[in-house]
Amino acid sequence: MPISRRLFIRDGVATVTLGLAAPSFLSAIAQAQGLQSRRLVVVYLGGGNDALNTLIPYQDAAYYSRRPSIAVPAGQVLQVGADSAGRVLGLHPRLGGLRNAFNEGHLALVQRTGYPNSSRSHFEATDIWGTANPQSSTGSGWLGRYLDTLPRPVDALTAWNTSEETPRALLSAQTGVPAIPNATTYTYASPNRGSAALEERAAAQAMAANPAAGRPHLAFVNGTNRAAIGTLDRVAQATAYTPSVIYPNNGFALALRTVAGAIVHGIGSKVFWVQTGGFDTHAQQGAAAGAYGNLMGTLGDGLWAFYVDVRNQGLAHDTTVIVFSEFGRRISENGSAGTDHGAAGVMMVLGGAVRGGLYGTAASLAPGHPTLENNSGDVRYETDFRSVYARLLDQWLGVNSVPILNGDFRAGAPAIF
Amino acid sequence: MSQLNPEIDHLLRRAGFGASLADAGTFRNMSTAAAVDHLVDYEGRPDDVDSRIGRPDHAQVTSRDVFAPDIDIDDARQRWVFRMIHTRRPLQEKMALFWHNHFATAYSKLVTDSGSVQAAKMLAQKPGALRGPQGQIELFRQYALGNYRDLLWQVAQDPAMLVWLDGKSNTKAKPQENFGREVMELFTVGVGHYTESDVYAAARVFTGWNLRRSEGYRRDDINAYQEFVYNADEHDTDAKTFSFPVTTTGSRTIAERSGSAGMQDGVDLITALAVHPETARRLARKFWNFFVSEIHPPDPGFVESTAAVYLQNRTEIRPVVRHILTSSWFNNPSMRHARYSWPSEFVARAIKEVGWQGFSLDKVRAPLANMGMLLFEPPNVGGWPLGAGWFSTGTMLARSNFAATLAASQKNFMAVALEPEGQTPQALLAAMLDRVTPAPFDSAPRQALLSYLLAGGAWTGSAAQLNTRAAGLARLLVASSEYQLV
Repeated sequence: MPISRRLFIRDGVATVTLGLAAPSFLSAIAQAQGLQSRRLVVVYLGGGNDALNTLIPYQDAAYYSRRPSIAVPAGQVLQVGADSAGRVLGLHPRLGGLRNAFNEGHLALVQRTGYPNSSRSHFEATDIWGTANPQSSTGSGWLGRYLDTLPRPVDALTAWNTSEETPRALLSAQTGVPAIPNATTYTYASPNRGSAALEERAAAQAMAANPAAGRPHLAFVNGTNRAAIGTLDRVAQATAYTPSVIYPNNGFALALRTVAGAIVHGIGSKVFWVQTGGFDTHAQQGAAAGAYGNLMGTLGDGLWAFYVDVRNQGLAHDTTVIVFSEFGRRISENGSAGTDHGAAGVMMVLGGAVRGGLYGTAASLAPGHPTLENNSGDVRYETDFRSVYARLLDQWLGVNSVPILNGDFRAGAPAIF
Repeated sequence: MSQLNPEIDHLLRRAGFGASLADAGTFRNMSTAAAVDHLVDYEGRPDDVDSRIGRPDHAQVTSRDVFAPDIDIDDARQRWVFRMIHTRRPLQEKMALFWHNHFATAYSKLVTDSGSVQAAKMLAQKPGALRGPQGQIELFRQYALGNYRDLLWQVAQDPAMLVWLDGKSNTKAKPQENFGREVMELFTVGVGHYTESDVYAAARVFTGWNLRRSEGYRRDDINAYQEFVYNADEHDTDAKTFSFPVTTTGSRTIAERSGSAGMQDGVDLITALAVHPETARRLARKFWNFFVSEIHPPDPGFVESTAAVYLQNRTEIRPVVRHILTSSWFNNPSMRHARYSWPSEFVARAIKEVGWQGFSLDKVRAPLANMGMLLFEPPNVGGWPLGAGWFSTGTMLARSNFAATLAASQKNFMAVALEPEGQTPQALLAAMLDRVTPAPFDSAPRQALLSYLLAGGAWTGSAAQLNTRAAGLARLLVASSEYQLV
């Protein structure tokens, strides 16, 4: 694809989108429940995604010289045009679905996101992206603080976490978030049948209702038990969902399928958390194919299935997906044909309301260039990740980002909405 | 509540996996001090647990083919849970679990690298079962209460670790930072006590610490293996400078050394890290959470005294754990039920307390995964999210539904065993609480349990009523919030 194609895409967005969106399967249920509310799906790539092999500077000679065995050949990248600094870029060849979304104008790629003095520790860095505070990796998360702004009482399924553990980003002072890692086993089993089983469930509910005064840790587990029993029936509704597309058969895609079910069945959740791991590619990561190619395939195919599914249901304009990871990786490959922990990464924002395109500028990978840091070992951040959060909070979720982020990060935010 | 005194009950939950009816017989007439010695000096107890797999009066295992826990990870998982339930050395097994979380190594990456047979061998092979080195979990059993410096030394050469943190490809031309970083961040001193340049230096210390394959290696061959090799030619011989003293003379620089002498770099660094006061404190805090309490922050007096015992005993763990189990902190009654049980602890204890007749441990694997703790599959090198992190609606339902599966399997046995006590709901509940040991119930949940027993109609104590209600009661107890606190 010639580089000038991107200009066409930017200008031709409406036409392309209308053309592809023609068959709308807006379901009766969705219409009946009037799903006008916006929702955010947060996708976390665990382990530190190698941003330079996600969005590839395929004309940068240093990209090839510093990554002799893991660089994706220029002929294989999925070109997405040039950024404002004139650097041409391409998506990893396994991200074909996301390139479709880009061409339709609904995928934003925010380059070189991060913060000063990027942590290279997985745990600290993940927590920093969660708290939205590079000075503190403890305390509540940015999404948790958003949830706390919602009028009380909040519904138990206001946020929906598809992983087992509550991520730092969703930790909240006042709002519990259910974890539904496997919606099909999110049920109440009994050694008995019939009325004895129902009586048992009622007894479990009564036991969990104990406020456990003076025993805060017991009260915490009781709260979890109450939320579990209290959300069983509505989660079962979401599980009973029949999607409009076939999702890939892996944990990530199936989690997205459940999210789509919850959206289409009008459960009312405003924030969903989905994660997929394996991005800590210290060794043998491969280039177009191999381990990293499989990671990209899982990511791209899952997101594309989800996007098409919600679009078919007529809900793409109410659904925004953001994708992030705790850090990018070193520019030069290591002796194991992999990459070690680095600094700035790439964020993706996908959705019917998203203003797609390339945001920010790519680094120049030749040693000594000011877009690099750490003796030119790593990519230096350009866009503060909190400015992306700010834009999502202010423009998408419709709340004031300043108190949630403990500061004003709206200046310089990419105009993704 | 149980048949044992509360101190020993507490000790067995923390330094073991709770007490079965048979265990209660062993410990009933023991003093608390004798029970501590019994657990800590476990070499006096036979290590015969694996030979009891397959006995009809023990929990069962199920395999698609021949039960092969040295080469099949699902079978290895069953063997480990079997050991937790039936070992005569519960503290050794508990410490193996602690080290598994501390040096968290996941099967999935090993499979990608070496295939399923080699991956299972690297994690779980018993010494001498097949050709090649013992599996990582056997290393943790061997060093369960051993010397921590020696354990670090072994871990740095452990094939599973060399794959997991990529040491196998750490060479002088391209140093690999993964192990060098984690040995400081997670295995010893912790964040804040090393610098980025220490990470580079540590990576160079371990250059040439690689793997070699057995002759004619084929990954599907059960007698093929990979073992540690020191490649002197791949060792970076230049000096390495750290931000902390790293030699016995107190120097921060490991001087230039020849390739043939280069393994001494590793001795220097591992020793320096093992005896670092921050390592001592970090282990003490982890032991506080593991043995004493997760709902009270580590007591500074505990941390300092435990760290001192560790350093005075030249990084030996046995005196450290004995110190903890006999300490006033551990034995303070307010520390009872002051931890959140790990899923594997929860499962093993539930089986020990409710019963295992005819119960196959194959039924544990999927529930453990849903509870967030598939053994040999920690989510990342930092280990599992402990404490309150275990609890979410999904994982709580997984615990609750495991309780249902277990109770259903023991329905008839419980009905028969509890017949003498089944004359009144109150007696039945008391008898069940002799076996199953949740934290004490407040009056409202206790009343809910009694109401459940009466919900089907007036109590007659009939066989049919006991069959239904004893199982339902066991499930409610094991799934209660109180039971999750250990």
